[in-house]
Amino acid sequence: MAGFLLKRLLQAAFVVVVVTLIVAFAVRLTGDPALMIASGATEITEADLARIREGLGLNEPFLTQYLNTLSGLFTWDFGNSFIGGTPVARLIGSALPATLALAFCAMAVSILLSIPLGIWAAVHKGRGVDQLIRVVSLVGLSFPNFWLATMMVLLFSITLKWLPPSGMVGPASFIMPAATLGVILTATNVRLVRTSMLEVLNSQYIMVARAKGLPERTVLYKHALRNCAIPLITYMGLQFGGLLGGVVVVERVFNWPGMGSLAFDAVASRDYPVLQSVIMVLSTLIVLVNLLVDIAYGLVDPRIRTE
Amino acid sequence: MTQAASAPLLSVENLSVAFGSNPVIHDLSFSAPQGRTVAIVGESGSGKSVTSLSIMRLADLAGAKFTGGRILFQGSGGDIDLLSISQDQARHIRGNQIGMIFQEPMTSLNPVFTIGDQIAEVLMLHENRSKPDALTEAERLLNLVRLPDAAGMLKRYPHQLSGGMRQRVMIAMALACRPKLLIADEPTTALDVTIQAQILSILRDLQAELGMSIIFITHDMGVVAEIADDVVVMWQGRKVEEGPVEKVFADPQHPYTQALLSAIPRLGQMTGEPFPLRTPLTVLEDGAPKLVGERRVQDTARMAEGPLIQVRDLSVRFDVKKTWLGRTTHYVPAVTNVSFDIHPGETLALVGESGSGKSTIARTIMQLNKPHSGDVMFDGRPMSQMGLAERQRLRRDIQYIFQDPFASLDPRKTVGWSVAEPIRTHGLLSGDREITRRVAELLERVGLPAAAAARYPHQFSGGQRQRICIARALASKPRLIIADEALSALDVSIQAQVINLFMDLQKDEGLAYLFVSHDMAVVEKMSHRVAVLYLGQIMELGSRAQVFENPSHPYTRRLLSAVPVPDPTRRPDRPALEGEVPSTTRKAGEEPVPVTLTELAPGHFTANT
Repeated sequence: MAGFLLKRLLQAAFVVVVVTLIVAFAVRLTGDPALMIASGATEITEADLARIREGLGLNEPFLTQYLNTLSGLFTWDFGNSFIGGTPVARLIGSALPATLALAFCAMAVSILLSIPLGIWAAVHKGRGVDQLIRVVSLVGLSFPNFWLATMMVLLFSITLKWLPPSGMVGPASFIMPAATLGVILTATNVRLVRTSMLEVLNSQYIMVARAKGLPERTVLYKHALRNCAIPLITYMGLQFGGLLGGVVVVERVFNWPGMGSLAFDAVASRDYPVLQSVIMVLSTLIVLVNLLVDIAYGLVDPRIRTE
Repeated sequence: MTQAASAPLLSVENLSVAFGSNPVIHDLSFSAPQGRTVAIVGESGSGKSVTSLSIMRLADLAGAKFTGGRILFQGSGGDIDLLSISQDQARHIRGNQIGMIFQEPMTSLNPVFTIGDQIAEVLMLHENRSKPDALTEAERLLNLVRLPDAAGMLKRYPHQLSGGMRQRVMIAMALACRPKLLIADEPTTALDVTIQAQILSILRDLQAELGMSIIFITHDMGVVAEIADDVVVMWQGRKVEEGPVEKVFADPQHPYTQALLSAIPRLGQMTGEPFPLRTPLTVLEDGAPKLVGERRVQDTARMAEGPLIQVRDLSVRFDVKKTWLGRTTHYVPAVTNVSFDIHPGETLALVGESGSGKSTIARTIMQLNKPHSGDVMFDGRPMSQMGLAERQRLRRDIQYIFQDPFASLDPRKTVGWSVAEPIRTHGLLSGDREITRRVAELLERVGLPAAAAARYPHQFSGGQRQRICIARALASKPRLIIADEALSALDVSIQAQVINLFMDLQKDEGLAYLFVSHDMAVVEKMSHRVAVLYLGQIMELGSRAQVFENPSHPYTRRLLSAVPVPDPTRRPDRPALEGEVPSTTRKAGEEPVPVTLTELAPGHFTANT
């Protein structure tokens, strides 16, 4: 197991280096930040531009600049924002927890809903319940998240006035954004749980578990679910990564002070240090989540552990 | 006690079972007396497994409806009708008073839990034991089924165990609560004969020790003869014959039983015959047995011609462990220094247990594996010196038939498309009409109607699908067909028909066969020469008569002694076969020791070990 972990850890580190390198390179392809900053000024000379570049550290060789940014991941120092000069680390420090909390809530909603529903559908395959769950999940899949978010705000905040329409002002604020993200995830996850469950339920060892006289609940939630775990963990790990990157729209709708909003503003104002750091932190997180997924494989499935 | 001993433990009375509107069991009655073994015999689709699942009340969980009858069981709480109790009540009987073992030991155990946990689970459920107490009992049970290192076994996972070991774990699990009745559904079908002999002897000993009744479901008449006291023969969902085992074998009443018994290949039936024999078959026609087909000596091998295939010092290795840099640290020597020839028109059989390397050799000849050293020559041309075009041409001359006819046909393509594929691939015919005509001809050649071409594989039975695979193999007009356990998945009566088809094709087309099998009786019936393999090396090689009538290597004798004899009056008093085929993983650099062969008689070689 130790060797397995070490191998995965080194692979993860390699991926982080490659991803961040691509990000740093791609950001620099989008244009000269000095021109962008100077664009408001009436008269600008080549010397002014050079001074701005010098100030931003843009004259250093690419590799030095890259290493400076990369080291930020460890020292938590990403330099300052172009706009307003706030340290980027402070911006991320307040946005990241907000986004992570939202993502966790959304995942929790989706797991709590999709596992029992998926198992229920699989057990009653082809019957009314199964059809209903499949149709509802298809409808859920077809909702664009911004539409769902807007409808929820209309209903729960404006008409019923039950929930705060935007911002993060307490536990009630989480309900609508988490539900919006969670419902859409649930729609796919129910189908995934159902399909993997159907496959496992046809296995001989499920028949053996029943032949032992085990109650159906133990057969389903102990013997079958553990064997579906590999595809579920894989997919949910990917989903979590997708959530971190994909919350932009939902964060905008609910004016959520998270990484999505931060990235959105940074793009709008061409704030390169912020944009680059947000992408680096998010991609590192996604790699970390995948590392956790790999470790979880080993915990769940002894065949992988001893490989 | 006298009362209880005389009444049967379980009686099935007029049982009828249906799936939807499709009846699968009609009016079945039989009983399982205390302490005896009843064998239920039948082919796939005869309803024997549904019967066992009905007794367990697992059939209705899978959607079956009990349309009539009852199943009386003398449980600890008196007589009960298993069909009328609720699933909740049935759960207290399953795994507790009635245990069951299944056919596929490889998939019967849950891969994510330890052996100890899986056995302890039953004990904790039905006997309310604590976990440590249940684990101690589990260890005792593992000793009971003669598993070595029972304490260490508790912490291991199913994938770390061989099929034979897993089946022992299954038995330990089924017997954990000392059930009064054990249902064994084809428990040895997926195992090698030597392992089968071990499992049967464990079951016999435990039955004597625990005094339980056994219902043994099988299609193998050899196993029936060896283990059963009474026999129930099922055919198309009905009981067609019932009686003590000696009587059923000596004097079968129903035509189906007669046909079944006549279809079994029996070891030793060919003694004194120099060549394989094509024999007529008893088939049922309108419920009456009828002998069809000719009797013919299969003297097709053209030994005087040069060999078609020469395998020379062939070694094949599989890397199992590598360093990060991709250097091999451990490998399995799957095949080591194997040499043999196949002549035109000849059938050479490769026999051995799983892991003996027989399929690896076949796959190497088919160019699916690369040799580590040595070579294979076709028509005297070494394969290693062939160019791409010549290798492609070779794929036409050598065709392969796999074990599982269900998995080897594309379910989304018509049968005609599959059979035509080799013709198209090798560009043998141009023009759709010609190809269609050829496909029709091939299908008729293997005994199927030409109209089969337009249908899909799922519309055919296992035996018919294997015929389709044979038609596909014939499509490229090969000179050698490799049949890798091609008969193992078929029922005996179907198997006998396919054996005759193989022999007819050999006579008409002059085909050579490389016949890979673990079934010694089938091998004796249809091969000209036999090579016995063990751990990737040849232990004995010779004509069929030499190997079967004068087995010279101890391993050959061991294999032959493990084969069940379909004659209940001759129960073998074989010494308990112990041990399994050892693992052969080696460190890189450690070379396997090649055996040397001695020629005992012209063409009869045996290994010096």
